[in-house]
Amino acid sequence: MEENSTLRMTPLIQEHKELGAKLAPFGGWLMPIQYSGILQEHLWTRKNAGLFDICHMGEFIVQADLSKCNFSSLFTIDLEHMPQGCCRYGFMLNQRGGIIDDLVVYRIGQSQWMVVTNAATTDKDHAHMRAILKGEFKLENVSAVLGKLDLQGKVSAKVLVSLIGEEILKLDYYTFDYFTVLGEKIIVSRTGYTGELGYELYMPNQRIVELWHKILEDKSVLPIGLGARDTLRLEMGYGLYGQDMCEETTPLEARAEHFICWDKEFIGKSALLEQKEKADYRKLVCFIADSRRSPRHNYRIFYQHQDIGQVTSGSFAPSLNFGIGMGYVEKEIAAGDQISLVDNSLLINAKIVAKPFYKFGSAKTKEIRNVYSG
Amino acid sequence: MSIVDSLFYTKDHEWAKIEGENATIGITDFAQGALGDITFIDLPKVGALLSQSKFCATVESVKAASDVYAPLSGEVLKVNTQLSTQPELVNLSAYDQGWFAIIKISDIAEKDKLMTASQYKVYVQELSK
Repeated sequence: MEENSTLRMTPLIQEHKELGAKLAPFGGWLMPIQYSGILQEHLWTRKNAGLFDICHMGEFIVQADLSKCNFSSLFTIDLEHMPQGCCRYGFMLNQRGGIIDDLVVYRIGQSQWMVVTNAATTDKDHAHMRAILKGEFKLENVSAVLGKLDLQGKVSAKVLVSLIGEEILKLDYYTFDYFTVLGEKIIVSRTGYTGELGYELYMPNQRIVELWHKILEDKSVLPIGLGARDTLRLEMGYGLYGQDMCEETTPLEARAEHFICWDKEFIGKSALLEQKEKADYRKLVCFIADSRRSPRHNYRIFYQHQDIGQVTSGSFAPSLNFGIGMGYVEKEIAAGDQISLVDNSLLINAKIVAKPFYKFGSAKTKEIRNVYSG
Repeated sequence: MSIVDSLFYTKDHEWAKIEGENATIGITDFAQGALGDITFIDLPKVGALLSQSKFCATVESVKAASDVYAPLSGEVLKVNTQLSTQPELVNLSAYDQGWFAIIKISDIAEKDKLMTASQYKVYVQELSK
């Protein structure tokens, strides 16, 4: 356990304490795990809207003309054909094809980008980018001054219409723009980690507390901790860096090939092509237990009495009322196959399923008005 | 956080309500609060023989699975089957509707190893410091 004294804190730490949050270390930060309780917070976010303090995550602003530097080689994402106002999820890889981080790149200008990284990996990512980048570029780590609040849930658009105006409704899934919020011109993107219609608001740290309180004035919004953030993402089958992927796993193993642009050069590409050709690699699978009993991190996965792998994420799924999880298996296995999840004398029966576990997420809806007024 | 006067307590936050030859057992309000939302409980079988301080049940919350230890030795006479579909009863009512099992006490002298309510109260206050 990390000592609390060495942990970093977001500008909202006092707000969390006043709300009676349970605080715990996460990625080197002291973060709110829950306020009222994970189940209630989870279900509230699916039904209404939840506000998450995500100030711990990393942000980099990069000036990079793709023809004058090798910025593009850092990512599996097709930066060249990405329009301004779009953001894309993808990976930064090492030479072996292992995942240094999963991240989102925003194209804020023809030659201007924002890279949003995981909290625990921010310094590592910064060092990697600095080591690799050659040519004309400017790389700035703005993590310490730029905060982020995630507003997620079907009602989030309605809340932002009150705060920002109708123009927020023009944002499609994985696009962003600058909007005036509390007098500041800030980036708001239609993105998130819950599977619900939702937005991420990038506000300078000194205005974060004010924005937090302003959004919570709307009674359809509750503060949500990292506990429910974890169950919400797991129900969607989204991986968590450091748990479901790391530098020893590749995007092919993580079943994320659709986030790789093969028509460009990037670090780790030759290793991935080699792995793809051999085609004998382990794969990430999703499974659902036959009861409320939940698989947990590090349980073994058995198929036909054979140990074939290990659970990387597991939890009770509040929207489904079953235990769910994901893990890597060394064997070809298909949806519907029966497996067992084993920890010493404990055995949980489960079956392989396609993701997402939760099928009713509103994240990609094109009918925002129907979603939020319904 | 509530502590009921007439019960006996363990350092692992289980309680026992002793009534003649039998005892009802469960986990304390402090324990349920620390665990958070309880999502699954694996209870001992009727007829099982429990040993004091030894594993007797598993409680799962959203985040983790935790072992529960028997506050007293004895044979399980009855278990709270309602917990299989409503494990949240332990969060809502740890000393009443959230009971785990009723056992036939095999050695009443073991009671001396348990804390009284006032002792448990001091113990929990120390932990919370």
